[in-house]
Amino acid sequence: EEKAIAERNAQYKNVWVLVEQTEGIVAEVSWELLGEGRKLANKRGSEVCALIIGAGVRNICADAFHYGADKCYLIDNPVFKEYRTEPYFRACCDMIHKHKPEIVLMGATGLGRDLAGAVATELQTGLTADCTELDIDPKGNLMQTRPAFGGNIMATIMCDKFRPQMSTVRPKVMQLAPISENPKSEIIEETVDIPATSIMTKVLEIIREKKGSSDIDISSTEFIVAGGRGMMSKENFSILNELADELGAVVAGSRMAVDAGWVSHTRQVGQTGKTVRPVVYIAVGISGAIQHMVGMQDSDMIIAVNKDKDAPIFEVANYGIVGDLFEVVPAMTKKIREAKASAQH
Amino acid sequence: MQVIACIKQVPDTTQVKIDPVTNTLVREGIPFIVNPYDTHALEAALDLKDKYGVSVTVVTMGPPNSANALKKALAMGADRAILLSDRAFGGADTLATSKVITAALAKLQGEEEIGLIFCGKQTIDGDTAQVGPGIASRMKIPQLTLVDNVEEFTPASKKIRVRRKLEGRYERVESKMPALVTVVREINSPRYPTVPTRLKSFNAPIETWDNSDLKIDPETIGLKGSATWVSKIFSPEREKGEIVGDGINAPQEAAAQLIDKLLSKDVLSF
Ligand SMILES: Cc1cc2nc3c(=O)[nH]c(=O)nc-3n(C[C@H](O)[C@H](O)[C@H](O)COP(=O)(O)OP(=O)(O)OC[C@H]3O[C@@H](n4cnc5c(N)ncnc54)[C@H](O)[C@@H]3O)c2cc1C
Ligand SMILES: Cc1cc2nc3c(=O)[nH]c(=O)nc-3n(C[C@H](O)[C@H](O)[C@H](O)COP(=O)(O)OP(=O)(O)OC[C@H]3O[C@@H](n4cnc5c(N)ncnc54)[C@H](O)[C@@H]3O)c2cc1C
Repeated sequence: EEKAIAERNAQYKNVWVLVEQTEGIVAEVSWELLGEGRKLANKRGSEVCALIIGAGVRNICADAFHYGADKCYLIDNPVFKEYRTEPYFRACCDMIHKHKPEIVLMGATGLGRDLAGAVATELQTGLTADCTELDIDPKGNLMQTRPAFGGNIMATIMCDKFRPQMSTVRPKVMQLAPISENPKSEIIEETVDIPATSIMTKVLEIIREKKGSSDIDISSTEFIVAGGRGMMSKENFSILNELADELGAVVAGSRMAVDAGWVSHTRQVGQTGKTVRPVVYIAVGISGAIQHMVGMQDSDMIIAVNKDKDAPIFEVANYGIVGDLFEVVPAMTKKIREAKASAQH
Repeated sequence: MQVIACIKQVPDTTQVKIDPVTNTLVREGIPFIVNPYDTHALEAALDLKDKYGVSVTVVTMGPPNSANALKKALAMGADRAILLSDRAFGGADTLATSKVITAALAKLQGEEEIGLIFCGKQTIDGDTAQVGPGIASRMKIPQLTLVDNVEEFTPASKKIRVRRKLEGRYERVESKMPALVTVVREINSPRYPTVPTRLKSFNAPIETWDNSDLKIDPETIGLKGSATWVSKIFSPEREKGEIVGDGINAPQEAAAQLIDKLLSKDVLSF
């Protein structure tokens, strides 16, 4: 049996990255995945290929080559104008059947997880969700590491008996590849026959969120300044707003701050609020209750300002200042303004 | 027409830890709850029951004590509860999980037409968000993931309109039914059980189906039918944080030092 598996596995080669786009805008994670795919392909002595599906998306190939793709598989057809699971799913499955990639990577985004879950099931193979680390083991199989249990544990998952090995990968974890100086250019055009009338769903409207609108989605912003009970009053949030303005950040809050009416409930971070994962999360006057931390502990960088040196928030903070927020926060804002001014000279 | 809610009993993950000696999950003494997203899935189903009179069936796959999750669902107002429990189902990854649930749904479909299947966006333990799409793809029905609003439900023409919540955008989508819908928290606020439904649920029967009911090829379920396996678990490493400056006596300097660090690390750039 093991021999049969080895023989079948040997038919699969190369690393594929699904390039995710909506309305022609590519999700950044796709380029990160080309960088990561390059590393894996090097270890396997194979190629990294981009799979580009859409309507009028040929121009995306050039970008994919710049980010290191050896080849682009392109499916360009009006039926793919908006993302719908059904046609994308069929196109992906067809391409994977035909070309037999060894590894298939997609972004762990709403779209990527929607598509990957359906594709892996149809192909009867494994799928590891939301990976934060990928590597190749000595036998040449993919080691997929991911957080589970709300980030409280990490698990390394294997799919050695099935092909392709599929993962969705968390955005902003993998490094962008440096722009290639001698980009490749081989585009392989493919067609899939999907009659538009056979599709059972229709996208009626795509509504893009406007920056600065009142129900801005804090789960997809890059900088967050969050205030807690230590802010003492709604008026005092003005000092957070000023800091946030300088950083281009969004103001959020702990449940205490939300319940007190200082912050709108759409901006609550935590177990009963939103889970956020910004580049920088600044917690001001927040103690760090577990229900709060499950909502923000995966942020790339956490900064805490609290007058209590024993506050649990310092356990997850990368940088902390122990002090009175009413002194520290305005001083941060002032320093940023100075840095900006000197950068202009 | 019946509407299904798939629910999973999960450990309260805020309390899960790793035993540093054995490197295994410490599960003893950890309370179990209904996966929070699944209470929203159930509420979405119950809302259709209130408005259109559909019947609501809850389904869970898990060990025998998962019956507790089903009791809670009955107390909230579900009409029928099915527990899929068999040693052969144990140790399943998402591929094997969707196989068992789909087989159960096929059996239910034979008894009464299924209009919609609601799942949570994801669980708080496995966290994969893969079981919903897995079921939809096996049943060959449309999947509508990350739904935050069911705008229209038209059983007569078998159509549904929903709004999906994605990164920085919403999509309004129309679909034929049957369809599988996964829900985000924003869709609703789950109801509390009322006294009459709670009393009724005490004595309500929970149907348990094992593989003699579903007759799935044992090679395709549970541990055997799983394509992935966990080779290692460990605690996430966190670089130890750093307290910057003396914020109590010299707040200006501490703030300045902090910003300098962010600038030097390129976290900030102007
Ligand atoms: C089921 C359940 C769900 C929950 N869900 C959430 C949730 O989603 N999100 C959430 O946030 N909470 C949630 N909570 C509540 C949570 O347990 C805490 O009560 C809450 O997070 C505390 O908010 P806080 O940190 O703002 O306030 P506190 O815990 O009161 O902390 C205030 C902090 O401010 C500091 N401080 C005060 N004055 C100053 C000053 N001048 N300068 C500097 N520091 C100062 C104090 O030292 C203290 O550490 C939930 C609780 C339960 C039971
Ligand atoms: C540490 C760890 C990591 C894991 N990583 C992976 C992985 O990367 N890939 C993989 O395939 N498996 C993985 N698993 C296994 C996975 O957790 C199980 O397959 C589980 O049965 C379903 O996955 P989930 O909890 O992620 O559910 P999700 O797919 O997140 O659940 C989505 C929805 O499906 C429904 N649902 C899910 N499970 C059930 C159920 N048992 N009964 C009824 N409805 C249900 C619920 O409505 C739920 O909200 C992992 C397990 C552990 C312990």
